[in-house]
Amino acid sequence: MSDSARERIAARVRSACRSGGWQIPDAAVPEPPALDVSARIDRLKRCMEAVRAEVHVVAAGEWVPLLKDLVKKKGIKSLTFGKGTGVDKELSAAWPTGEADAPRLVPYETPVETFKSELFEMDAGITTTWGGIAETGAIILWPDEKEPRLLSLVPPVHFALLDSAAIYTTFAEAMAEGNWSDRMPSNVLLISGPSKTADIELVLTYGVHGPRELVVIVRR
Amino acid sequence: MAEPIVHDFHAEVEKALANRQLRANFRFAMGNMIEKRKALFSDPVELEALRAAGQAIRQRALSRLPELLDQLEANCTRNGIQVHWAETSEEANQEVLAILKSHGATRTVKGKSMVSEEMHLNAFLARHGIEAMETDFGEFIIQLTCETPSHIIVPAIHKNRDQIARVFQQKIPGTPYTEKVEELNAVARKTLRTKFFQGEVGLSGVNMAVAETGTLCLVENEGNGRMCTTVPPVHIAVMGIEKVVEKLADVPPILRLLTGSATGQLITTYFNMITSPRREGEKDGPREVHLIILDNGRSRILADPELRQTLQCIRCGACLNHCPVYTRTGGHAYGFVYPGPIGKILTPQLEGLDRAGEHPFASSLCNACEEVCPVKIPIPLLLRRLRQESYCTGADCRVKGHGRKDNAVERLAWKTWALVNSVPILNAAGARLAGLFGPLLPVAGPLKAWTRSRSVPRFARQSLHDRVKREGVPHE
Repeated sequence: MSDSARERIAARVRSACRSGGWQIPDAAVPEPPALDVSARIDRLKRCMEAVRAEVHVVAAGEWVPLLKDLVKKKGIKSLTFGKGTGVDKELSAAWPTGEADAPRLVPYETPVETFKSELFEMDAGITTTWGGIAETGAIILWPDEKEPRLLSLVPPVHFALLDSAAIYTTFAEAMAEGNWSDRMPSNVLLISGPSKTADIELVLTYGVHGPRELVVIVRR
Repeated sequence: MAEPIVHDFHAEVEKALANRQLRANFRFAMGNMIEKRKALFSDPVELEALRAAGQAIRQRALSRLPELLDQLEANCTRNGIQVHWAETSEEANQEVLAILKSHGATRTVKGKSMVSEEMHLNAFLARHGIEAMETDFGEFIIQLTCETPSHIIVPAIHKNRDQIARVFQQKIPGTPYTEKVEELNAVARKTLRTKFFQGEVGLSGVNMAVAETGTLCLVENEGNGRMCTTVPPVHIAVMGIEKVVEKLADVPPILRLLTGSATGQLITTYFNMITSPRREGEKDGPREVHLIILDNGRSRILADPELRQTLQCIRCGACLNHCPVYTRTGGHAYGFVYPGPIGKILTPQLEGLDRAGEHPFASSLCNACEEVCPVKIPIPLLLRRLRQESYCTGADCRVKGHGRKDNAVERLAWKTWALVNSVPILNAAGARLAGLFGPLLPVAGPLKAWTRSRSVPRFARQSLHDRVKREGVPHE
């Protein structure tokens, strides 16, 4: 059924397009002026905070103490991360293991089929990012074998590490510079804030199905 | 389609107009969405440039649809996405069912998708004993009340919080009555978390598919779309043939136009680009991804140089928000899946003028829809075209069910009108007759319907023609 359906649709579409009468306006996509690094950080922070993301800008070496502090303040008891990613080494080295009430650091290192129950119980997840977009305020996630997709979705709090040098002015620039068309991963995500809905009387509420909180740590 | 729809548009409109609660809900919501869009697109020059670019991208994609669909299929297949084709909704439903059966799946979780509404997929699956759990918050609400979406972006907007609170209390065990939106939200989150956890197959639509890379793009705020496309081991995406764009570079402007026009957002919370199932070594993501590409009358629309502009639509809903008719009647009165201005041009083309023939007439042609359309679809022009098709009986008529309004009385009336306006002596006689008997006209005959809700025109005793002849034209 499917093959002949394909042929019949293709034939109709071909004949429809051949019928002519196309009027394609010659219009270029407007490009906003490029921003310098500090303006990019500012704009990303401003846009993301406007949709209730928490954005911290720190010197490169200071993110672990900040994370520890935030984890404590938010009362997070378990934090999951990707084994072998950019966060793994520093995180594992610095994480308090001795203290009795120290939050658990749990690697997501087996397929979801065997980790699902545990994952759905986690308080927080931490991921790296591929980059950021200043114009609209968003982080770009590039999940891979080390950093699974669900780290940034299932736990109620999502921490994301972003290098300031990886913030692009626009989405288009990020795709072009990163040569995405030749190397699309299985899944790329743009995330601008915590999960939200306005489906009842357009009242904005946060934390529907994804994380209730998104914390972006920008490393300068 | 299996679902027969017996629909009396006029009766439904009357009913909707008499419902004060409904009208208040819509008036409030539409006003709010208009303001949000306006605040986001505050620079009219930039907006115009962006709209022109959006129109160009969509027209270009449609003009190259045969190649782009081939390219999309080839790239998806190379990436490991299994592509299926369906000529009709029935075929698409059967494709979905076959995939579900091959996995023995009975529990599916579903992200918001208008094309699945067009297919009446949920009802179809229910008949085969399969649960299709809607997970978008608005869709979740209306699934509880067995309703259809009344708006393509905010499907439960016809309900206020009081009504929703009562539904939750009645339909979800252990839920107390609460009007607090946060609490209602928490109930949905809790209920659906279990569903995501247990879901065997995830179903979704597609906002755009990129031919260049074989990538499916999904736009959302809640995270339910990501859940549906990431947690279950199988993901089935359904899209209309027109959803393709040429290349990745086309994505940012369309995304910007879509989120800005729909909800006044610079960007949504999530923009999800799916290029393949779980790859070797990856720990999550579906092991199988299927893409069902549905025609369902679209290729027929594509053949007409004018009407094909309907297919540029990116389903933002801005034309609904700005429509004076939609704002007063709400979406259900239309009786079909796509309401509002876009529905008024799309539905008669998909379903035929014989089934949805009143839709093109339910417009004052105020042009608001065209002014806000992010891809510049000339909706009023197409409405007029469909009105003409309703009376068209010649060989050049394109739309299914054309000519359904054609009748001897109107044909005669217009012929007479043409004659009276082209023969001077008849024209003069007509004007005189109108002057004499005009005041009596509205009380009887078909004009009564016209004057029931409009003020009666006052005819002058003397025609302008006569006065000019007698008095001349005063010059200063």
